[in-house]
Order: sequence, then structure tokens, then C-alpha cells
Amino acid sequence: MQDKLYNYLLMLGDNSMILGHRLSELCGHGPSLETDIALTNMSLDLFGQVRSYFQYAAKLKAGDATEDSIAFLRTERNHHNALLVEQPNEDFAHVITRQYFFDQYHLLLLEQLCESKDEQINAIAHKSIKEVKYHHRFSKTWMKRLAQGTRVSHEKMQAAVTSLYPYTEELTKANAVENEMFNQGIGADLASIKSVYYEEVDGLLSNIGLQKPEEGFFYKGGKEGIHTEHFGFILSDFQYMQRTYPNMTW
Amino acid sequence: MVAHLSHIDPAIYQALYEVSDPEIPVLSVLDLGVVRKVKENNKHLEVDITPTYSGCPAMDMIAVEIKYALESIGYTAKVNLVLTPAWTTDFITEQGKQKLLKYGIAPPLESSLDKQVLFEDARLVPCPQCQSTNTKLVSQFGSTACKSLFKCEECLEPFDYFKCHK
Repeated sequence: MQDKLYNYLLMLGDNSMILGHRLSELCGHGPSLETDIALTNMSLDLFGQVRSYFQYAAKLKAGDATEDSIAFLRTERNHHNALLVEQPNEDFAHVITRQYFFDQYHLLLLEQLCESKDEQINAIAHKSIKEVKYHHRFSKTWMKRLAQGTRVSHEKMQAAVTSLYPYTEELTKANAVENEMFNQGIGADLASIKSVYYEEVDGLLSNIGLQKPEEGFFYKGGKEGIHTEHFGFILSDFQYMQRTYPNMTW
Repeated sequence: MVAHLSHIDPAIYQALYEVSDPEIPVLSVLDLGVVRKVKENNKHLEVDITPTYSGCPAMDMIAVEIKYALESIGYTAKVNLVLTPAWTTDFITEQGKQKLLKYGIAPPLESSLDKQVLFEDARLVPCPQCQSTNTKLVSQFGSTACKSLFKCEECLEPFDYFKCHK
């Protein structure tokens, strides 16, 4: 049970951590000053949430584990984020589409975690949901603006949706840990999230004139530690300091 | 005086009052409402603080400064970070709001109005420079996690708005 809860915290935390890292890569590279600040603010919120999850996870683990050891010393197979959040910042259309696909899920997830029987998860969710509402408004507004902007912005958005939509299903597909946590009253009910999620996402796409891919094919594996080829590069960047100078502190 | 801390020793209160938010130096941590509880036990103090936003990078520094401030008046102190109840802009004192305004940051509106401003683009936030409410949201995200960016259409000055958090 403790182990399951620990793994659940890693899953929640890893999504925020990896997406937070992707957004941090855009620091100083945003298409305008305001969007640059927005994306890095969102990154900061996500990292704040990760710290809460990992501090809690470290407490459960006892021993020498700290939030930093959990963040910096795990190998690729021990990361449980969904594949969507590790996809690279191809262009602003991809950044926004990835963000919206995640924010919509994140918002629904946190709504349910606000009811969690686990006191600490409940508290983190109450804190985080306020932040995620801002993220969601930001990404959704940009989805509309870019899809209905110019011919070029529309084409870029369509390309982003075509390439990222197949990563969405994994978010709402419960694995053994998530099922167990839901049964305990700690975790979210992903089946109920899934129907609302696709109502929202598919509804928005059709409203703004974007097509979802017809194949109905979806990728999965991230939650079980099987990642896309981008992941090794993220880790080598993210963990560089701790691997090069073990146990370094600021 | 902050009501929920009115029971503590005035010297402790004063020491805490002198700790300010490093990103908004005019604002004491007591005005900001991040100090939630102070427990005294024989010259040892336990202080609970709550972050404004999860990722607020000022929290670690605030924790250290609180420790130093209390040590300087002869106490040992432990600072705990607590998440419940989650911070909202209602925790900012009236005095704090006045200080923000003077500093050029528009203080938070009442929460239903705040939602209209941040989620429906209503024009309600008074400009801290010229008091006009003909102001426009430029970005929900500003110079720090707790602020959004506005522009006054009367005097054309940009300004920060401390965003409500409910």
C-alpha cells in the first residue's frame, strides 16, 4: 500500500516535472516577452507542485531519500510520466497543443484529487488547481487564436494536433497503481475523466476547425517507464549536475 | 496587528514584522499573510508558513530570514511549510494592500470581480498611477508567479496586478 502510494506520487510528480523542464527550455526563447514569461511561470508552478509531491514521497520512503534524490537520481525506466509531456518543443504550435492536451487532463485530475482521502494529496491538489486554471486558460486561448489566425498558424496547429493527439489517451488510461489508488479513495477515477476529457478536447478541436487524426491509434508506455527517444536527452540535461558532481548542493 | 497572531509576544511579532517578501520588499511577511502559526515553547519557536504559489522561489529565503530574525532576539526557531489552508489573497492585510498600491502594484480585487478580470477580460482594476479603471489585461502571468500584467489605457503605464487566488 505504501509502495503503491509512493509510485502514485512519482506518477503525479513526473508529469509536472518533465513538462516543467520542457517549458523551462523555452526561457528566453518565447515568441514574445509575455508568452516567454507565461511559459516560465507555468514551469515554476509545475516545479513547485513536483516539490510538494516528492517531499511527501521522500517522507514515505524514509531513510536517505529526499525530494532531490527522487528528482535527480532515478534512471529512465523509473520515470512514470505520460509520453505526451516529454515530446519536444518543435515550435510554438506544438508547445501550446501539448500544453492544452495536458492542462485539460490536469484540471480534471486535480478536481478529483481535491476529494482525495489522503490529506497531503488533497492539500497539494487544492493548492495546484488554482494555478492550473490559469495554465488551462492560457493554453486554450492560444489554441483558438492560432487555429483561427493565419493560414500558416492554422497549418502549424493542424500539424501539432496530428502529431500529439495520439499521445493523449495514455493520460486517462489507468494502470494498476492508478486503479488501486482509485479503489482506496486516494486517486482519481480516470474512466470518468476520460469521457469529459474527450468531450472537451474534441469539442474544442471541431469548434476551431482542427481535425483529429482518423486512425484512432494511440501510444502508451511512459507510465510503465517505456519512454520515447527524447527521454534520454531530457535526463542527461536535467541530471547533469548531480551526475557530474555527486551530492553537490547550492 | 494580524488577528490570528495577536496572542504572540510583541517582541516576536515585531521581529517577524521586519521580515519582508524579497520580491516585494515593502511588504512584511505578516502583511502578506504567509505566516500562519507561531508556537512558543521555552525560547523555542515553531513557525508555520504557507506559500502563495507552489513554486514561489521566495519561500526558502523567507524561511531562512524568519529563522535569523528570531535568533537575533534570542530564540531558536524551526520553520515548517504547510499547504493547508491554501493561501488566498484574503490573507493580505488591509495595510498590506495599501502598501502594495503605493509601491505601484494593484492590490487584489474581491474574488468574484477578480475572476471577471482574469477570465472574462472585464475592465475593473484601478491603475495604481492614475486610478482609471480603463485597464487591460496584457498577460495573466507577470513578473512573479503571484502577479499578472496590466496596461492602463488612460495613462498608458504598464503595471502589475496581484492576482486573487481562490
